[in-house]
Amino acid sequence: MPEPQDVISREIAELAAKSDGADHPSRDYPPYRSSGLRHPHRPLVAPPEAYAELRGPVFGASDVTPLDGDLTRQHLGEPLGERITVTGRVLDRDGRPVRNQLVEVWQANASGRYPHLRDQHPAPLDPNFTGTGRCLTDAYGGYTFTTIKPGAYPWKNHVNAWRPAHIHFSVFGTAFAQRLVTQMYFPGDPLFAYDPILQSVTDEKARERLVAAYDHDLSQPEWSLGYRWDIVLDGPSATWMEEGR
Amino acid sequence: MRPTPSQTVGPFYGYALPFRDGGDLVPSGHPGAISVHGYVYDGAGAPVPDALLEFWQADAAGNLDGRPGSMRRDEVDGSFAGRDGVTFTGFGRVATDLDGHWAIRTVPPGEVPYIAVCVFARGLLHHLYTRVYLEDSGEALLASLPGDRRATLIAEPERDGVYRFDIRIQGDAETVFLDLG
Ligand SMILES: [Fe+2]
Repeated sequence: MPEPQDVISREIAELAAKSDGADHPSRDYPPYRSSGLRHPHRPLVAPPEAYAELRGPVFGASDVTPLDGDLTRQHLGEPLGERITVTGRVLDRDGRPVRNQLVEVWQANASGRYPHLRDQHPAPLDPNFTGTGRCLTDAYGGYTFTTIKPGAYPWKNHVNAWRPAHIHFSVFGTAFAQRLVTQMYFPGDPLFAYDPILQSVTDEKARERLVAAYDHDLSQPEWSLGYRWDIVLDGPSATWMEEGR
Repeated sequence: MRPTPSQTVGPFYGYALPFRDGGDLVPSGHPGAISVHGYVYDGAGAPVPDALLEFWQADAAGNLDGRPGSMRRDEVDGSFAGRDGVTFTGFGRVATDLDGHWAIRTVPPGEVPYIAVCVFARGLLHHLYTRVYLEDSGEALLASLPGDRRATLIAEPERDGVYRFDIRIQGDAETVFLDLG
């Protein structure tokens, strides 16, 4: 029997009060119900060496076309919704740009619907929007996507559960150990407090790093609104990189 | 700088991340090719139909430089072109099917004797790393683990060139997952 929002919100508040300031969510985060059977019980094991994981897959110009970064031009017509550009840099923990690496995005359409058979939300599909894109970072670690602002959508975690509008991001670093899949949110969304996925990041400062900034200088007159969001890839720690252990 | 937090891959990555032949690191008929396959299970022992697995490994000679071309595009019309059939990129990506099953075709890695695996799934807020070893080679990580834990990292030969490797996210025979931080 799905629980009401106030049960979930109480659990969120209890876990927020106990936050240890971690950068990442605990894999065991009960308010996100489907995490229950999908997190390990045993502690992670630090391997004596990580020769493979300190290196990583590489991608190149042949893996991406210049159009792949524009989600509004993948069909004959234009998608419905508020046209936006999202731009930022991919950096490592030391602030160094991650160059020539793959960034992939996916998102719901303006009505909050994914073109996926398992998405049962009775909101319209948009024949002119698939909602996937990719690009390679440039020499400064920069990436840019042109898209439309995704809609919020309901899900079945609890009664009246709604995801705040978000864009899913998949990012590669120079090491496989830097891999990141995450979600970018839009500033000021009233759904933040109710969402156990965003709130699984219990530290407020860390959570803020998932929210893009509206940047008026990035907005283009008569065309689109601009958002800026930088991504900092975690690990492996400097000692690992230096010792190459 | 503080890192960007992880968030779950969610259920709807299907249009974006898996790609055709994503699990075929080498083409069919490649000399020395092996298949590695298995299931992903949750803590109740149920198969996980919405997990995404990524694989990264050295080539047969032990080279870890990697090569572009895992997901090549046709430069004329932008459609998916796929691997060129010659270049070993070292990277693979497959989603589990509705039975929780996955399979890749590759060659045994040289020098660094394991296939690195990254596990994503709906319900998993932060990906997990593990490794596929094709034999109990006495390599450092394997040697550091007690027998029952070690066994979770060693693929089982099923028949010539086919190995079975199940991933148990939680429970009694839970797979060893790695802290690479
Ligand atoms: Fe989503």
